[in-house]
Amino acid sequence: MAKPKLAIYWAASCGGCDIAILDIEDKILDVANFFDLAFWPCAADFKYKDVAAMPDKSITLTLFNGAIRSSENLEIAELLRAKSVVMCAFGSCASEGCIPGLANLTTLKEICDYAYLKSPSTVNPEQIIPQPKTKVPEGEISIPVLWNTVRTLPQVIDVDYIIPGCPPQSNQIAAVIEAVIDILQNGKPLPPKGTVLGATDKSCCDECPRKRDVKKIKKFVRPFSIVPDPDICLMEQGIVCCGPATRSGCGAKCVIAGVPCRGCYGLPSHIRDQGAKMVSAIGSVIDSQDPEEIERIIATIPDPMGTFYRFSLPDSLLRRNQA
Amino acid sequence: MSFEPKILGILCNWCSYTGADLAGTARLKYPANLMSVRVMCSGRVDPGFIFDAFKAGADGVLICGCHPGDCHYVEGNYKCLRRIPMTKTLLQGFGIDPNRLRLEWVSASEGLRFQQVVTEFTEQIRSLGPLQLKEWGYTPHQSEAGHPEPQPALNQ
Ligand code: FES
Repeated sequence: MAKPKLAIYWAASCGGCDIAILDIEDKILDVANFFDLAFWPCAADFKYKDVAAMPDKSITLTLFNGAIRSSENLEIAELLRAKSVVMCAFGSCASEGCIPGLANLTTLKEICDYAYLKSPSTVNPEQIIPQPKTKVPEGEISIPVLWNTVRTLPQVIDVDYIIPGCPPQSNQIAAVIEAVIDILQNGKPLPPKGTVLGATDKSCCDECPRKRDVKKIKKFVRPFSIVPDPDICLMEQGIVCCGPATRSGCGAKCVIAGVPCRGCYGLPSHIRDQGAKMVSAIGSVIDSQDPEEIERIIATIPDPMGTFYRFSLPDSLLRRNQA
Repeated sequence: MSFEPKILGILCNWCSYTGADLAGTARLKYPANLMSVRVMCSGRVDPGFIFDAFKAGADGVLICGCHPGDCHYVEGNYKCLRRIPMTKTLLQGFGIDPNRLRLEWVSASEGLRFQQVVTEFTEQIRSLGPLQLKEWGYTPHQSEAGHPEPQPALNQ
């Protein structure tokens, strides 16, 4: 019997998800034994035209990482959707936009201006900014069109499952792959469409071993400016921690190490917007009833948009800067 | 035709909703732009409700609760008091004028005050104009149908 085909793709992402897949150690041998690798640009030389030539639904499983921010990202997402039986949004970029999604705080023009003209390390005396089409002596050449708005994979194509995380933790990836092999080998039923794999549906606080005793605070501090107590909730020590607004499944690694949760596992299903949930959580921890003092305390939170929406801006209720 | 703003009012059950009721029984007229939702306490107002309201087409959101010290649940309105300024910070981050959101204290006996607050807020939102959210009607390939996005890299 022919082996089931596996595809792994990166759109707007950093490559960390691909590394996380390699990080599953000897399980990667199971993957190589069980699957026939149909497409994985990060690891081997495949061409888009090879994928386009495959019959529809001939790839059993596609793990798609990366957000959608260019015409190329969308084109390949649609191509892989047509060729795959199961399409999985893999990692935070694909499922909720992640760091590339912070581009939604500004505009494409500002990003291009900064990157190609204004940044201190740029030397560009001819003020060249890449254009989708350029004329050269040999004719016209083109590059993919960059968009003003970064989108998530489920916003542009039909997605079957989501594996959250930036990147998904290797033990979780290994468990998912084991389950997939089990399903394919033993004819087990697939989980219902839309299931979030490799995570739980509680908040990060649920896995966090730190103690909470409803202590309130008068100001917020940056993590480097104090030595946090190892046993007490970071929020109660004045460190902004996104645990209350974040799905668990990572094993609360960061908070155990004394670093606040940044929210990379995204929203559990009972929360609709990470920033809104963080506002609620922070509202409960501030020790003041005086509007002016409250303003002063809130002003000690550096970059609320970038902190609360670091991973989920394109997937948030308002999605982008509207101005 | 002049712009008629859509305003969502979220009123706490014990003071402000009763205050709104009083405005009604006293036949005090206030603009019909306000659509009110009753919650048990202003402390129940999750900032997500506010974002959701804007997403669903509201041009302004008015939250009314008991005066400080009068909350039926003792602390609820203080929670709300601490959430609203930060919600405004986030609205600003989303490029939405924070004046589209307002928190007011209205007691059960302040029907007249309720009328004034709603009238004044409606005028304020009218002057801010309609809120048109980008991104929410998006479908892939819209650009081909003349949608402004995706845009080519700029600075031709
Ligand atoms: S009951 Fe009115 S604000 Fe809490």
